[in-house]
Amino acid sequence: MAGARPDQRPISPHVSIWRWHVTMASSILHRATGFGLYVAALGLALWLMAAAAGPQMYDPLMAFLMGPLGQIALYLIVAAIAYHLANGIRHLVFDTGAGLAPSEADTTAWFVILFAIAVPIGLWALLTFGGVR
Amino acid sequence: MSGPERSMRTPLGRVRHHGAAGEGTGHFIAQRWTAIALALLAPWFVVNAALSIGGGSYTAVIDFLTDPVNAVGVILLVAVSFYHMALGMQEIIADYIHKPFSKIALLLLNAFVPFVLAAGAVFAVLLVNFGA
Repeated sequence: MAGARPDQRPISPHVSIWRWHVTMASSILHRATGFGLYVAALGLALWLMAAAAGPQMYDPLMAFLMGPLGQIALYLIVAAIAYHLANGIRHLVFDTGAGLAPSEADTTAWFVILFAIAVPIGLWALLTFGGVR
Repeated sequence: MSGPERSMRTPLGRVRHHGAAGEGTGHFIAQRWTAIALALLAPWFVVNAALSIGGGSYTAVIDFLTDPVNAVGVILLVAVSFYHMALGMQEIIADYIHKPFSKIALLLLNAFVPFVLAAGAVFAVLLVNFGA
C-alpha cells in the first residue's frame, strides 16, 4: 500500500491528526443549525395549528414556551436562525467565487459566530428594555 | 436569450438527468432561491412576531395573524421554509444514511412530513382569518 506510492508526500489528512479550523466549525454548525431549525419549523406549524384550534389548545403550549425550558428553546432557535441566516449569506457569496481565500473565510466565519451570539442577546434586550409591549 | 431551451442545466445533465443523489442542479438552484427568500422572510417574522406577541397571550397571536400582511408573510414563510428545509434534510440523509431501505424510508418521510405540516399550518392561518 504505502510502498506502492512513488513518493512520500502526505496522503489525505486523517481526522485524528487534523487541526480544528473555524471554517470547519462554521460548516458543521450550518448543518447542525439547519437540522435544529427543521425541528423548530415543525414546531412553528404546530404552534399555528394550536392558535387556530383555540385557547384550550394554545394556552398549554404557550405556558410551555413562556416557561424556562421554552424560553431557552426560543433563545436557541433565534441564535440558530441568526447563524444559519448569516452563514447562508456567506455561502451565497462563496457561490459567486468570492471570499474563499482562507484568511477571508476565517474572518467571515468568526463574524458569523459572533453575529449568532449577538442577535438573541439583542432581541432579548429589545424586548426587555426597548419599551415595546 | 436563444429560445426556451436556455437553462442552467448542462445538455448532458438534461439527457441523463441523474446525479449521485438522483438529481442535482434543480436541487441546488431551489436551495439558493429559497435561501434568498428566507433571508428576508425569517428576520421579518422573528422581529415582528417577537415584538407583537412577545407576551404570549392568545389574543396577541390572533391579532398578529389577522393582520393581512402578517398572514401573507407567515404563509410565505411556511411554504418557502418548509421547501428549503426538506431540500436540506434530503442532502443530510443522502450524506449519512447509506442502507437503501433506511435511506428511501427517510427520504419519503422527509418528502411527506413537511408537506403535511405546511398544509396544516397554511390552513391554520386561513382558519384564523376566515374561520367560524
